[in-house]
Amino acid sequence: MRAARRQIRILARDPVLLGLVVVIMASVAIFVLWPLLEVLFASLRIGGEWSTANYELIATRRLYRNALVNSLQVAATVGVVGTLLGYVMAFVLTRTNVPFKRPLHLAMMLPIISPPFVGAVSILFLFGFNGLVTRQLLDLQDFNIYGRGGVIFSQIFTFAPLAYLSLRGVLQSISPTLEDAAFNIGASKWQAFWRVTVPLSLPGVFSAFLVVFIESISDFGNPLVLAGATFPMLAPQAYLEITGSFNLGRGAMLATILLLPSMTAFAIQRYWVSRRQYVTVTGKPTSSTTKLVSPAAKWSLYGVVVAFAALVTAFYAVIVMGAFTRVWGFDYTPSLQHMRYVFSVGLNAVQDTVVIALLSTPISGVLGMLIAFLIVRRTFPGKAALEFTSILNYAVPGTVVGIGYILAFNSRPLLLTGTLAIIVLAFVFRYVPVGIQNGIAVLRQIDPSIEEAAQNLGADGVTTFRKVTLPLIAPAFFSGLVYAFVRAMTAISAAIFLVSADWNLMTVQILNQVGSGRLGVAAAFSVLTITIVIVAIGVISALISRWTRTTTATVRF
Amino acid sequence: MRDHPSRSSEAPTPDADLRLVGLRKVFESPDDPSASVVAVDDIDLSLEKGQLVTLLGPSGCGKTTLLRMIAGFEEPTAGEVWFGEQNVNEVPPNARDAAMVFQSYAIFPHLSVFDNVAFGLRLKRLSRSAIRERVDDVLGLVGLAGLQDRPPSQLSGGQQQRVALARCIVMEPRLLLFDEPLSNLDAKLREQMRLEIRDLQQRLGITSVYVTHDQIEAMALSDLIVIMHDGRVEQIGTPTEVYARPDNRFVADFIGKANFVEAVATGPETLEVEGRRIEVPNGVPHPEGTHVTALVRPEALSLAPFDPERAFRGTVRRATFLGTIGEVEVDVEGQGRWLVDVPNAAEVGLPDVDDDVGVEPSPRSVHVLPR
Repeated sequence: MRAARRQIRILARDPVLLGLVVVIMASVAIFVLWPLLEVLFASLRIGGEWSTANYELIATRRLYRNALVNSLQVAATVGVVGTLLGYVMAFVLTRTNVPFKRPLHLAMMLPIISPPFVGAVSILFLFGFNGLVTRQLLDLQDFNIYGRGGVIFSQIFTFAPLAYLSLRGVLQSISPTLEDAAFNIGASKWQAFWRVTVPLSLPGVFSAFLVVFIESISDFGNPLVLAGATFPMLAPQAYLEITGSFNLGRGAMLATILLLPSMTAFAIQRYWVSRRQYVTVTGKPTSSTTKLVSPAAKWSLYGVVVAFAALVTAFYAVIVMGAFTRVWGFDYTPSLQHMRYVFSVGLNAVQDTVVIALLSTPISGVLGMLIAFLIVRRTFPGKAALEFTSILNYAVPGTVVGIGYILAFNSRPLLLTGTLAIIVLAFVFRYVPVGIQNGIAVLRQIDPSIEEAAQNLGADGVTTFRKVTLPLIAPAFFSGLVYAFVRAMTAISAAIFLVSADWNLMTVQILNQVGSGRLGVAAAFSVLTITIVIVAIGVISALISRWTRTTTATVRF
Repeated sequence: MRDHPSRSSEAPTPDADLRLVGLRKVFESPDDPSASVVAVDDIDLSLEKGQLVTLLGPSGCGKTTLLRMIAGFEEPTAGEVWFGEQNVNEVPPNARDAAMVFQSYAIFPHLSVFDNVAFGLRLKRLSRSAIRERVDDVLGLVGLAGLQDRPPSQLSGGQQQRVALARCIVMEPRLLLFDEPLSNLDAKLREQMRLEIRDLQQRLGITSVYVTHDQIEAMALSDLIVIMHDGRVEQIGTPTEVYARPDNRFVADFIGKANFVEAVATGPETLEVEGRRIEVPNGVPHPEGTHVTALVRPEALSLAPFDPERAFRGTVRRATFLGTIGEVEVDVEGQGRWLVDVPNAAEVGLPDVDDDVGVEPSPRSVHVLPR
């Protein structure tokens, strides 16, 4: 207590900073913690009384039990397969000398920057009842893509690139000279791989698995499109309970159950795996081609990578074709009618989406850097709690956030239901954790005396942040911006609870169009979304390169 | 240090530029109170205007913590920091008039040389032309004229050091603080920068506190040296005082190389060592009959053929040629191993290992440790 009072006293010498800390803590409590508690409370109340009856339904109602089991099974499968694929892709693209690395890498990025269920739409185009492959090419009459297989296929397609991206960083941080050292003292290729490369990358592999697991179990779009009626899963079931049966209590109960595995995975990832990660690269980068694999092994692994990239390309080509085809499955004449629809009837949703993304992105970006700065560079009571709570939403499934927001903000004084604010706030606090984590990682590598020097020369806390910290962590700031923008443009699971007649989103439109069988319009919306995202990334990258040209963020200390 | 004569234990001078009173810093471990570390233990110090004081000690002695408390980056657990007549305990670092040169230089990597040096002036909202003028002046002063537009990445270590210095002195602060500023430079450059810093400090007359673990640097720079050990002050004195008349074994050993002689006081100016009488013109501050420790520096010893009247008998254990001198380790009968400097060793040659030699102290060089 004495220490806490002292920390506040020191912080109070910089009143603006103290004010910021208070405001940030309050808003994290209101917009992250409170909605979660509302979900928990709602799941434990029936008709105004405390009751565990909702949870007893898991035992008695088969539908709910199956939803739980199915979600866990799918997440585990997608986690294992996705991580394996991701490892192969990361290994080939970082450690071997193969052609076309850049285009292959870019192909992997497509699923990451598009709405997370574009793959599902593409699968319907190809393998649905009127699918190009199943109906037109193979003429199958009773092929059914809906269910377990379809969901798993679509999720692997969507989330393996995430594993790839995270493992790419892991493999790049393991110096290939370690493998050389193993060879040098007489290890065979297998020994070098199993005793050096694998143990060093194992924490990263596990971490990638947990990320994919969390994404899969939280995923809303793919199951909604592809699970079908006979294969219930938690996230869509919670949505259906609320919007279909208007049973908030049961929806909240399913959401709470959904929260458990993802929170467990998050806790393991954060407090166990991350402490076991190795970084062995120091100083100058060395040439990073491995002698680990024989040419035959290398080219067969390369085959896997090329096949996956080809699949991605094909899926997206199908989406583009679908957007410009009159009636997929019956009439393949080119047509602009879907695009016309998007730019007339759908134009409101397009504008709303862009406005919401443009509003939430900078707020999320600056907030992320500010929280990272406070966590790394300042001491104040409740810092650990702030760090935990502000990053918590990274692992909270969007469905839970969405339900929490409609429960928490539908009465005064914070009556936000149906407003622009509720969507922007949801996005800001949902996508800020990645910015915070990037900011923390970059800040920890910056000599704190640079900021002390600014203070020493007369800068107060906020000036130091604005004039020194922010420029120094610009790379993390911009990548946080890109992430927040991409996510805001492609969000669905929380957003679907928050949209209204006044404020609608393109992703919700895509799902609605899929639901009513108008795949062409869904494809047109998807193409437009992806185009906007790519243009925005281009603009931000241009900003970054202008920034790095005028400054020199590469000074060694 | 409160029980031996030193400047700080006198009544604080009213015109002291920097005054530390009973300053103490304990780093508490939040989980385990018994694991707290006393980094700085009850230090008093008073600096007059224009003095350069070095805080000298081995790593972990608390010297950097002390400096950071003066700058305001660490909160004292107890005690007071005074800048002149102002108690600055509650003044945040950005409002303290003490500019600091950091060990890592802490140059703002995203700003040019000019913008680095202008940073503090801009925060003071000076006019553009005034900033331009003062920055250019100071850059000239530290020998960086013409490099205004360079990004820090294109500066050598020595130039970065000068930018860090310029950024401080352009503020015309009451105090200059240096945190081991030369430790990242190579030996030649270090010597040069040391002289430049001293010249500049004397020309500008800014009261300075300089932290280092390098005793030669401390001697070359300082008006006063504060020798610290385990958070406490061991001795405060001019470079000559701490070298020639150290207060205790730690100081004698830390500054320069030391041979210790175990002896018995036999009079106000005499000792008895191994049954031999030694004159100590510097005085023996102990009553007759006390066992005392005396210090003899290696350069005050010379090798000679053994003569029981004047020299101690010993056996050479190692002889190392170092260029300007030769360093000879001798096991002296009844005393242990002594280090003897042989000047001009290239010409006179060094003894062989296992040679029997006589070791002779020059008469005025023996200093009896007061404690």
